[in-house]
Amino acid sequence: MNWPYPNESALFGEETSDVLVLGGGLSGCFAAIAAAEKGKQVVLLEKGAVIRSGAAGTGFDHWEMACTNPGCLVRPEEMTAALYEEQCGYSNVIGHMIETSEGWDRLLDLEKWGGKIRDTEDEFAGAAFRDEKTKLMYAYDYTNRYTLRVWGTGFKPALLRRMRALGVRIFDRTEACTLLYRKADGVKQGVGAIGMDTRTGKVTVFRAKSTVLCMSRPARIWLFSPDTPGLSEFRPFQSIGSGHAMGYRAGMEFTMMEKSVRAEFSAAGRSFPPYSTGNNHNTWYAATMVDARGVEIPYVDRDGRILRTVDERYRPAPGQKFFLKGGVIDEPRYEWRGPETMPFDELMKRGYRLPFYADLSAMPEEERRVIWGMMVGEEAKTRIPVLDHYEKQGFDPEKHLLQSYGNGWQSASFLVQERQLFGAPGGVMHDWNLETNVRNVFAAGDMLFASDCAGHACATGHWAGRHAAAAADAAELLQPDRDFVYAERERLLRPLSVRDGMDWRELNAASAKLMQNYCGGVKNDALLSLGLQSIQELRERMLPEVSAANPHELVRLHEVSDILDVSELILQACMFRTADSAPLYFERSDARAENAALEDGFITIRREGGRAVKGFVPHTYAGDMLKGFEKHRGGLVR
Amino acid sequence: MTDEKFREDGLRFTAEVTGASVMPLKISGELCIGCCRCVNACQIDVLLPPEVPGEAPRVFYPGECWYCGACVMECPVPGAITLRHPLMNQAKFVEKKTS
Repeated sequence: MNWPYPNESALFGEETSDVLVLGGGLSGCFAAIAAAEKGKQVVLLEKGAVIRSGAAGTGFDHWEMACTNPGCLVRPEEMTAALYEEQCGYSNVIGHMIETSEGWDRLLDLEKWGGKIRDTEDEFAGAAFRDEKTKLMYAYDYTNRYTLRVWGTGFKPALLRRMRALGVRIFDRTEACTLLYRKADGVKQGVGAIGMDTRTGKVTVFRAKSTVLCMSRPARIWLFSPDTPGLSEFRPFQSIGSGHAMGYRAGMEFTMMEKSVRAEFSAAGRSFPPYSTGNNHNTWYAATMVDARGVEIPYVDRDGRILRTVDERYRPAPGQKFFLKGGVIDEPRYEWRGPETMPFDELMKRGYRLPFYADLSAMPEEERRVIWGMMVGEEAKTRIPVLDHYEKQGFDPEKHLLQSYGNGWQSASFLVQERQLFGAPGGVMHDWNLETNVRNVFAAGDMLFASDCAGHACATGHWAGRHAAAAADAAELLQPDRDFVYAERERLLRPLSVRDGMDWRELNAASAKLMQNYCGGVKNDALLSLGLQSIQELRERMLPEVSAANPHELVRLHEVSDILDVSELILQACMFRTADSAPLYFERSDARAENAALEDGFITIRREGGRAVKGFVPHTYAGDMLKGFEKHRGGLVR
Repeated sequence: MTDEKFREDGLRFTAEVTGASVMPLKISGELCIGCCRCVNACQIDVLLPPEVPGEAPRVFYPGECWYCGACVMECPVPGAITLRHPLMNQAKFVEKKTS
């Protein structure tokens, strides 16, 4: 049949603004709002539609590390230092200082614009996790209160209303494709981006004085299901790291791109949809778990002491100031290890039997309702597919046990070569202003290396938006290189004239398998070189063979093209690290152990003249975190 | 700016349903009022608007659904759209033994 939208592939648009924001998730919305509040003309591009776009488009339930909230007993610098220590220095001190110091301010912004952050209806009055005066509800560590339970399903609509009120010009259904820059006096300077309407095929040049990249972390690099591509990864299907790809093509500097972990989430077979099985992590923390006989599985503190009450699961151990849970934290070391169910091997020794189940009926009434109801209702993509769906099937948390699968409660079973960028993965290298090495181009949220969750996205987005506004004050609107713009447009639209070509899914499946083969659990130079060569072959020989019958298919193809670029970035970054690194989950069969100490820091990578260039930045590059924060916060008074 | 080269190509866009082993969405022809809010809430354009205005939208790219539920959340008619995960992804629950 005919495509239902007009064909505008012959048009070539041009738009100008002071500040251009690429990506309309949480970080992009806050960047746009911050710049607009400073009086700037702002344009925002969103591949989907802002109302529900991004990883938190349909909700999120935890606002983490809000250390300046009135109940919190942990200072921002104390939390940032803990995360730094916990991740052996492979942590983003700048991002975490912004997140821990200003996250609470962003939450107050959301409340002002109609978001719900308190139990105003007193649904949970008297609960251990609720502060009776402020009506704020806490998660994880009820003593130290750094993470809040929030009603995230309402946040994207609130941000959209605020942007409209400020006059931000929003281009929904517009894919950001190419970063535009000029080089003057040896310095690259961003001048805007090329975007394409995902329904009409209209290509537009968006010129701006400064640009903020607010796109996702890469995905579909190792994991791909040709049948259900939408379930390949944890994050939104169309969020695949185009910001990384366009940045790398433009010579932007990245770090930690050699880090990948054995996959934890993909609903395409190896695991279940997040938060949809019996478990006791994240949204479900700290659910009561039972074994096949109905015997309760004990929680223990960091010293192995069995916890007798539910309340103790939310409290630090004797002598411990606070524990770390949620966000980028997986299994913290002793100092910050929180309550956890007894280790699986120990349970097997003691005769506990699979399968395990979550048993909410055994919990205090408020704890049961806050998990099944509020949290499972507010977390991203759980309200409809999990809460609603299971209730329609008859699930009753007071009567039923929800099964978990496999050995434990991750309900996931991946092979070592099935990898994912998860748990503080690599991203853009940046300074205290969140500016990249391409002048006047800033980054926020998931674009940043070692990024965190929703609160981090909002706080860094706002920070980057403020600095992009200041940069726009000092910059002029420049013309991009005309030949480059025309060549890019030709590249973007060309697949529309390929007929009866290959399906984009075949190419994505090939690149994912290639990465499993050449960039799996254990790396070595020979395999990585073959990987680079194979990516090059796919790009040169196969990419031109793929056809697109309409702009929708064209977007999918652009994504695969970007995935090839990100794969190259990852392979190159792996080549640059020659010794093993446990904190980066990086292992080689040809590791040069003598280089381990030398390489203990941020190895950076950027492309220059068609070649990958290696750099090195010490762990401590952010300097004194309090001084850095105060100096760069942009004159705002707390 | 326009570019004559692309005009002369006379490209015509077409669309066919890209089949998958799953059907994430069921839209009730009876309940649907054809407002297409789901079409515009979907981040991926899994749905396309109907050829005849007022009819129900159509699922063109079922495999690309990431099961976020935005379409159901925006739908003004309860029950007009049903979202369900593939069978392999539906976890089992059992009644708690009271003994």
